[in-house]
Amino acid sequence: MTVPLVRMIDIDKHFPGVQALSKCRFELERGEIHALVGENGAGKSTLMKILAGVYRKDGGRIEIDGKPVEVHSTRQAQELGISIIHQELNLMKHLTAAQNIFIGRERSRRVPFLTDDRRINNETRVLFEKIHLSLEPTVKVGELTVAKQQMVEIAKALSYNMRVLIMDEPTSALSESEIEDLFAVMRELKQQGIGIVYITHRMEEINRICDRVTVMRDGHYIGTNPISGITREQIIAQMVGREIYETARKEGIKTRDEVVLEVRNLNRGKQVRDVSFTLDRGEILGFAGLLGAGRTETARAIFGADPLESGEIFVRGKHVHIRHPRDAVACGIGYLSEDRKQYGLALSLSVEQNTVMSSLPRFLSWFGVVNTRQTRRATTEYVERLKTKTPTIDQAVRNLSGGNQQKVIIGKWLLRDCDILIFDEPTRGIDVGAKNEIYKLLNELAEQGKSIIMISSELPEILRMSHRIVVMCEGRITGVLDASQATQETIMHYATMRS
Amino acid sequence: MAGKMNTKTLQTILAFGSLILLIIIFAIASPNFLKFENIIGILLATSVNGILAVGITFIIITGGIDLSLGTVMTFGSVVAGVFISFWNFPIPLGVAMGIMAGGFCGFLNGVAVARLKLPPFIATLGMMMITKGLNLVLSGTKPIYFVDKPVFGQIAAFPVLGIPLGVVIFFASALVAAFILSKTIVGRYTYAIGSNEEATRLSGINTDAWKIGIYSLGGLFFGIAGIVMASRLQSAQPALGPGYELDAIAAAVIGGASLSGGEGNILGTIIGAFIITVLTNGLRILSVPQEWQMVITGLIVISSVYLDILRRKVR
Repeated sequence: MTVPLVRMIDIDKHFPGVQALSKCRFELERGEIHALVGENGAGKSTLMKILAGVYRKDGGRIEIDGKPVEVHSTRQAQELGISIIHQELNLMKHLTAAQNIFIGRERSRRVPFLTDDRRINNETRVLFEKIHLSLEPTVKVGELTVAKQQMVEIAKALSYNMRVLIMDEPTSALSESEIEDLFAVMRELKQQGIGIVYITHRMEEINRICDRVTVMRDGHYIGTNPISGITREQIIAQMVGREIYETARKEGIKTRDEVVLEVRNLNRGKQVRDVSFTLDRGEILGFAGLLGAGRTETARAIFGADPLESGEIFVRGKHVHIRHPRDAVACGIGYLSEDRKQYGLALSLSVEQNTVMSSLPRFLSWFGVVNTRQTRRATTEYVERLKTKTPTIDQAVRNLSGGNQQKVIIGKWLLRDCDILIFDEPTRGIDVGAKNEIYKLLNELAEQGKSIIMISSELPEILRMSHRIVVMCEGRITGVLDASQATQETIMHYATMRS
Repeated sequence: MAGKMNTKTLQTILAFGSLILLIIIFAIASPNFLKFENIIGILLATSVNGILAVGITFIIITGGIDLSLGTVMTFGSVVAGVFISFWNFPIPLGVAMGIMAGGFCGFLNGVAVARLKLPPFIATLGMMMITKGLNLVLSGTKPIYFVDKPVFGQIAAFPVLGIPLGVVIFFASALVAAFILSKTIVGRYTYAIGSNEEATRLSGINTDAWKIGIYSLGGLFFGIAGIVMASRLQSAQPALGPGYELDAIAAAVIGGASLSGGEGNILGTIIGAFIITVLTNGLRILSVPQEWQMVITGLIVISSVYLDILRRKVR
């Protein structure tokens, strides 16, 4: 056997509070497209960011062509021929394509403090030809589509005698034809002997383009197999691991009774198109779909965070007009954002202050003074009911774990008498143990008669938790499935049903 | 694509159009407005604010701000005054020291922002207070006059083909700045940092060092403005300074610079600076009280930025 192009051995990485990677392995051959898969938080991106010099490893070693190397910076990685295309593209949108590609290498050869735009434009043109991209080098990157921006990133990587290209979920925002173009370029790079690491969530793409697949789970290496030697189901089983979703099983089958929320023909821009569905009392309604399918936008529209263009919303049979989140809250709708830290919590305030935040008027005594005895009693009640782990209710929520922060937000909405709760990616960025608790809590809430909309990108989670599953694609609802008949495949079928 | 490419130039054209419109309105309203002395007056009045605005345009494009520019400008005047009047150094040396003093303040601002990671607003607010105090300390709280140095007064007044040297210095500064911004790597990294600092850093560029450089460059322009100011007044006025930052920021913003970074250009800033002076000058000629001049300038700033926001929404 020849020496592989890249070999990562026993890589460890620790972030404050989390062991992100432990003893992880990875191998990449020349001219290979190697899929790296795993659930959110499995450590795929972290492992690759270590290879690309964005993060430093805490332990383990990296070999290129069998020689040990240290990658301390992105610059060093580039010198070694390693380029990474991040999930959130790293471009300067006010600069032109050529200026982006040659950032740091734009000096004129004759006068070193001048930029040589003519040279970099010409070289960019050559790079674009290599990847069959018809684009002017002088176009501002901010004016390009995501797909074109990605191509610019690939051209940038090519400009550094690239040997290894890491792509972190490049197709998540692309249309089918754009994906075809991307794959064509990837195959060409492969012909030139470049090794490509392809991080993805999409099973069907692995079969289309990859040679081997490595699975990671919870910061551990699980296994590497040639695509021909492993089935999709086996990969998913490796990714999911049995134990994680055991507790996620919903408690019995809910009988349909009373419709609590009904939306009819909601429209807002391209992300919410003609959306209609109903939500029953005590139901967990899963919302599945690819990134950008319009699930979050739908939730925000129902919650009044973004104004509706058209459509009707009925709460318990009554037609309501929701123009602002406070209207939604008045109807008993609570929204738990996927970005807890930005939209859900005041991080520097205490558990108590966060819990009572939306219900303050209820706790006012004379002259608008807050009755702290009552707020403390109410907070304590919800901390106990939700089993929130916090030393005291005066602890700043910043110091709580992700799962417990989530519980503080749930407590906030319950205290506000919300019985329709919209959870947007409730387990994102939460470790496995806390996930289980969130699942248990969601089941309990549903049993108590609360109605829950759960948006999630993790299919196993959707399948285990939901009574019914709404699948969206490009802003439209493409399917509503009963949990008993839904599988990962049927969901993916509807999630990619582009019109 | 072509339509989008034009929006940037469109805004400069828009600003330029408003300037022309203002000039036409005032020319019709008052026969004195287009008189040669008044035009020279407008040019001279714009020179100091114009140089300041040119300097801060760099900083604004990086996504930063400099509140200390007014008092740093005065710091330049005072340092020049100390060297020339108190210590009898030759005028060129005193001028150089004044400009360097501005650059040094900018350097310290840059260190505070880039290395100590202070928000630019706070770092330069501190520098504003420091230089405000130092100006009073160095001058003994009294104006420093350049009485027996008539040559110093010529820095702003000496006529070059009928145009005062101060105005020439302003235009020269603008040309140099436009060149730096569009043709040199300093300019390229100024836009890159303002556009996406992390991406720039990950491209292997020492963004901290460049930011310090850009704040220092801004400081040098503020120092130059201080010299022109002192020359015009024949003195270094230590209490001068606060308030100038607002006009300079307003000029850059009217000219299309975005406070969130990545956008702005020197031509736009110059037009912005002229809009402010023409407005002040024209309203004064029309005998509008000074209090109302301020109100109108404020409205212009708000509406020009709001127009910009509308323009972006349409896109």
